[in-house]
Amino acid sequence: MGNKADELVKSIAEMDEEKAIDLANQMLAEGVDPLEVLRLCRVAMDIVGERFEKQEYFLPELMMAGDMLEQIGAIVKPLLMDQAGGEEPETLGTIVLGTVHGDLHDIGKNIVTFMLELNGFKVIDLGIDVPIEKFIDAIEENQPQVVALSGFLTLAFDSMKETVEAIAEAGWRDKVKIMIGGGQIDEQVTNYTGADAFGKNAMEAVSLCNEWIGGAA
Amino acid sequence: MTSDVDYDAKELYAERHKRVQDAISLKETDRVPSVFYSMFWYAKYGGVTCRDIMYDYDKLSAIVRKVLNDFQPDSFSLPHPIIALGPSMEAMDYKQLEWPGHGTDPNVSYQFLDKEYMSAKEYEEYIFDPTGFYLTKYLPRISGVCEGFGKLPSFPGHYYIQSVLGARYFSNPAVVESFQAMARAGDEMQAMLSKAMAFAREMGDAGFPLAQGASAISPFDYFADYFRGSKGVMMDMYRKADLFLEAMDKAAVFIVRSAVAQSERQPCKTVFIPVHWAFDGLMSEDHFKTFFWPPFKKVILGLIDAGLNPLLLWEGDCTSRMELIGDIPAGKAIYWFERGDLFKAKEILGNVTCLRGNVPPSLLNTGTPEEVDEYCKTLIQVVGKGGGFILDGGIGVPDEALIENVKAMFDATHKYGNG
Repeated sequence: MGNKADELVKSIAEMDEEKAIDLANQMLAEGVDPLEVLRLCRVAMDIVGERFEKQEYFLPELMMAGDMLEQIGAIVKPLLMDQAGGEEPETLGTIVLGTVHGDLHDIGKNIVTFMLELNGFKVIDLGIDVPIEKFIDAIEENQPQVVALSGFLTLAFDSMKETVEAIAEAGWRDKVKIMIGGGQIDEQVTNYTGADAFGKNAMEAVSLCNEWIGGAA
Repeated sequence: MTSDVDYDAKELYAERHKRVQDAISLKETDRVPSVFYSMFWYAKYGGVTCRDIMYDYDKLSAIVRKVLNDFQPDSFSLPHPIIALGPSMEAMDYKQLEWPGHGTDPNVSYQFLDKEYMSAKEYEEYIFDPTGFYLTKYLPRISGVCEGFGKLPSFPGHYYIQSVLGARYFSNPAVVESFQAMARAGDEMQAMLSKAMAFAREMGDAGFPLAQGASAISPFDYFADYFRGSKGVMMDMYRKADLFLEAMDKAAVFIVRSAVAQSERQPCKTVFIPVHWAFDGLMSEDHFKTFFWPPFKKVILGLIDAGLNPLLLWEGDCTSRMELIGDIPAGKAIYWFERGDLFKAKEILGNVTCLRGNVPPSLLNTGTPEEVDEYCKTLIQVVGKGGGFILDGGIGVPDEALIENVKAMFDATHKYGNG
């Protein structure tokens, strides 16, 4: 079984989809604990994440790994129904995230969500074209350490500025860090919106959260 | 007899046209040329809504006329074919965009819907019969009124008397309805284009040459954006690599044919190609070299062979790709970098392609005229040195740019000459 476990990790990490799904099925059929299979998936995802950070892997690899994980998850899920519900996984911190109002783009936002979750953060993803009040409600409900505003269009500059101002008016500005990101975002836009920082890509979003929340830097 | 005014405008046209063409040919010019390109900033400048300029062709023309007179660029992109689409899109029940008053606020630009419009299983079908697939499967998915085309048969199976018997498909009520609805959309589009071309001629007579005519796309973006969706195409690079490559090879031929056909009706021989999926960090260099560049290069070379000048807007930061994209004939293309490092581009690509750009949208929208002026001065002095440079914003004039900043950008080419 040890050998198959290593093989499963390796095939996910190397993007060998067919083999990965096949191995997961075999192991479950042989009676391996479904939770163990999921643990191996997480080990593989850590490798994928590391390679992404080192710029050996890029978005297609993240998508493929995510999809393999979903497929294995779907196979494992019915088997877990019988077992006692596992405890909530520990998280490093909570991030409320969304694409600001007026903007319907979500590719970049989804990748940031994916990478934050992979790195141990709990992400409350509010979707696209998010009204200001929805951000405020989500902040009040989830008490996040970080709020992440995404936007691809230049109109997002103003939507971000308004959202940051509303967070301040609601009395949350000192309690959360705000990061922004997307197509046209740079230092100048960060100053304009009143956010704390911007990230050029998903890895920078993770680094900022690590820095602010004090996770593994 | 032409009047002095007409004669001046003609001279001005010739002078500006030559300035831009010389920049493309990498010759030194008296000053760095400018181009006016924008999408919805016209609404801001004209004090109307984004919806207004998508629906009212004359209103859009009136605003562009004023902009050209106020800013005096060396050439301009006719915005009608990318903006004045509201009535035609409505007539087609077009599904790939949300637009002002039709999914987005009347004051917000239109936005593309990233979805799967062709499944991974359909590559074979596309490759075997692109036209049949396009007409009977793809069009009905992107246009509500085209659903009837799904009832059309596979025509090449018809022969001899079957070709006569096949006439009945053309009287199928659903097919007839689709043809009629598309004819109405076509009439609307023709009305818009007639007005647009008349306006372009009027502006030409007033001394303003066009900066672009036809448009085209890279085969990768063609499938990624408009057929498979972003997630789908990234999976295809692993799951369907051979079919994806074969389909792109096929699409490249159609893309070139379409751009050449569009150009036959156009006075301007520059073909606009926005490039979406090339930016740094999206895919590995190996993937870029396998999937992105070879089919795209085929399109670029096809256009150049047809006597056209490809204008590539490299969206995002494509600095790491600069070494890889220089293997095209010199002096034929324009590389417009949205966020890429133009100083580096000058070093790497300066002898190959004219460069264009790239005052950041953040500066144009939130900076001061002095900051814009300073930024332009540096670009003109460094990137403009020796020729082969056109000054512009990273994405032209962004929708919310401050008017005084736009003015500062266009004034800079007059102020700083050729560096």
